[in-house]
Amino acid sequence: MRSPKTGARAGRAGAAPYLFLAPAMALFTLFMALPIGYTIYLSLRRTKVSGLGLGKGARTEVFAGLANYAAAVGDGELWAGWLRVLGYGALVLALMLGLALVFALMLDAAHVRLARLTRISIFLPYAVPGVAATLMWGFLYLPSLSPFGEHPFLSADLVTFSMANVAVWGGTGFNMLVLYTNLRAVPREYYEAARIDGASELGIALRVKIPILVPSIILTTVFSVIATVQVFTEPTTLRPLTNTISSTWSPLMKVYRDAFVTGDLYSAAATSMVIAGISLVLSFGFLRIVKNRAFGEG
Amino acid sequence: MRVNRLAVAAVAILTTALSAACSGGTEEPSSEAASQSAAPAGPVKLTYWTWVPNMDKIVTVWNQAHPDIQVTVSKQAGGDDAAAKFLTAAKAGNPPDLVQAEYQMLPSFVAADAVADLKAETAQAKAEFGEGIWGLVTLGTDAVYAVPQDSGPMMLYYRKDLFEKYGIEVPKTWDEYAEAARAVHKKDPKVFLGTFSSKDPGWFAGLSQQAGAQWWSISGDAWKVAVNDEATTKVASYWGGLVKEGVIDGMPYFTPEWNKALNDGKLLTWPSAVWGPGVLSSNAPKAKGKWAIAPLPQWSASDNYSGFWGGSSTAVAAKSPNKAAAAQFATWLNTDPQALDLLIKEGAVYPASAKGAALMTEAPDFFSNQPDFWQQAAAIGATARGFTFGPNVNVTYNAYRDAFDKAVAAKSDFAAAVAAMQDTTVADMQKSGFSLAQ
Repeated sequence: MRSPKTGARAGRAGAAPYLFLAPAMALFTLFMALPIGYTIYLSLRRTKVSGLGLGKGARTEVFAGLANYAAAVGDGELWAGWLRVLGYGALVLALMLGLALVFALMLDAAHVRLARLTRISIFLPYAVPGVAATLMWGFLYLPSLSPFGEHPFLSADLVTFSMANVAVWGGTGFNMLVLYTNLRAVPREYYEAARIDGASELGIALRVKIPILVPSIILTTVFSVIATVQVFTEPTTLRPLTNTISSTWSPLMKVYRDAFVTGDLYSAAATSMVIAGISLVLSFGFLRIVKNRAFGEG
Repeated sequence: MRVNRLAVAAVAILTTALSAACSGGTEEPSSEAASQSAAPAGPVKLTYWTWVPNMDKIVTVWNQAHPDIQVTVSKQAGGDDAAAKFLTAAKAGNPPDLVQAEYQMLPSFVAADAVADLKAETAQAKAEFGEGIWGLVTLGTDAVYAVPQDSGPMMLYYRKDLFEKYGIEVPKTWDEYAEAARAVHKKDPKVFLGTFSSKDPGWFAGLSQQAGAQWWSISGDAWKVAVNDEATTKVASYWGGLVKEGVIDGMPYFTPEWNKALNDGKLLTWPSAVWGPGVLSSNAPKAKGKWAIAPLPQWSASDNYSGFWGGSSTAVAAKSPNKAAAAQFATWLNTDPQALDLLIKEGAVYPASAKGAALMTEAPDFFSNQPDFWQQAAAIGATARGFTFGPNVNVTYNAYRDAFDKAVAAKSDFAAAVAAMQDTTVADMQKSGFSLAQ
């Protein structure tokens, strides 16, 4: 569909565009394409042991075809893990983004005292590293140490909620800040116009501010979906404290277990590819669904 | 122009001065090396991955006495992580020369071709160790894959003061232990005689060894896997029954909650290994002088057995360019009287060598109430049963955690958890292609 004119211009430019692209391409190849390629290569291999497997040469690496993929997809634990993460993710997304939106709207409302202090204190947990936050909450959850009394926070029924609480506590501030910054950039005249038309503060929030925020809400949702699909730190850190989190609680934990606990790098590579595929589908699928509304594209 | 020339001159002078200074520093050793001709330039440099506390101090003693073999310690976190790290480094081609290897991980290291055979270098050291311990580093083959460092025979740690308070005797059999568990919990529902840890497969393996379990064995050219043998199933069902009854707790060891229970006198016993005093003194310091040790309860009154929990050896990486020097250091570290003395005093290690065990005379500070602590420990250690670890212990141990996590949380059948361990272990070995005997 190129017009002859632009084609001619590109021809005249010679090697220049490629030169400009070269650094980006080199970096992409080195740090993205090569590692991914190597992971794909590994995912198609496996070790083959002969006899007792002791001594030299008893262990060789052979081509495995798609066997690792078949095993990964056929493993019920992986899908059970997805289900757990889905439940956990739904909780986290709804609570965290809901709270973030409410806080952002409240802080943006005209008459809030101590707005600065409140903003910082809501944001502060985001600055606490995930492992530290999870350990801190873990200690609060242990019945004999908990200041909240002897409740079984880490029992099979409650452990998902307890974990979601850690993520919500840590993530709300960041998402609130994204939404809030977006709100501050909105010309105040909109609100004035709405007020002259007789809208209440609540009406402005619901009918003016939220529609303006939709692109930011979508952005934070996509980031949060990606982060939840990759949940690893919270369950891994809580695991030594309780019987209710298995080594394959989330899909990424299964990858870690395969690679570093049971020493099967090849299965881990295959499972990684499966997880990457699903994350891609999830995040792009979501973007596709909301594209029209968010960015006004056709 | 003139300025430029001046600058060039300055740079030239500086460069000459610098290079003179540099060559002045390097000339001497290089000429020395040249005069030795055949010998390699400079001392042999070895790296050593270990998590024994104060190992750097012990290595300093070696380095001063052996200027030609210089060892550098790299402190590791220990446990499964350390093993995974070593296997990854070996696969990547840059392992340390020496590595601390827990006995149960050694077969995995051997199977990955990551550690060297030290048979020739350790011919003399062999006499220093008991047969059971030596079997753990030969894996029942002709090769020698490591030099034993410490061992962990198991015994029963109990709160002497609280046993008197609740009016219970030190249990001689597991039946008596179960009775005591019921009695204690009845008197105070917040207090338990013990807890079953679903996070410590090594502990469960030790208790199974005591009952006579053999999870792996080599028959001819094939592995025999029997994680769900009669002895192990018996041990699992015993603890499962007590957990289900609610008289034995289900909290894992080494957690803040467990520390608190020990500190507060809510847990009265801990079937553990000889390295227990270090853990108790740091995790539950409040109860100093109130604990005592006794042999593990037995499965029948006429038995006298124990098992091993933990213990490690010093292995040499297969890819190390200086295997002979590394083996020399490993042998010194674990058999030389001076090194053993340092291991005991600085490293808080219970040495595997007979000479080393004889050096243990003064009871640990935490057990000042039991002056014959080490004599008792040595007597118990002599009753520990041997065990062969398989090439995929990591898989089995992970299966233990997952299966028993669920079983403890649901208070369901522990024998089924043992069966799950067996199935996972066998499936993994079949997948890799190991020869399996039926």
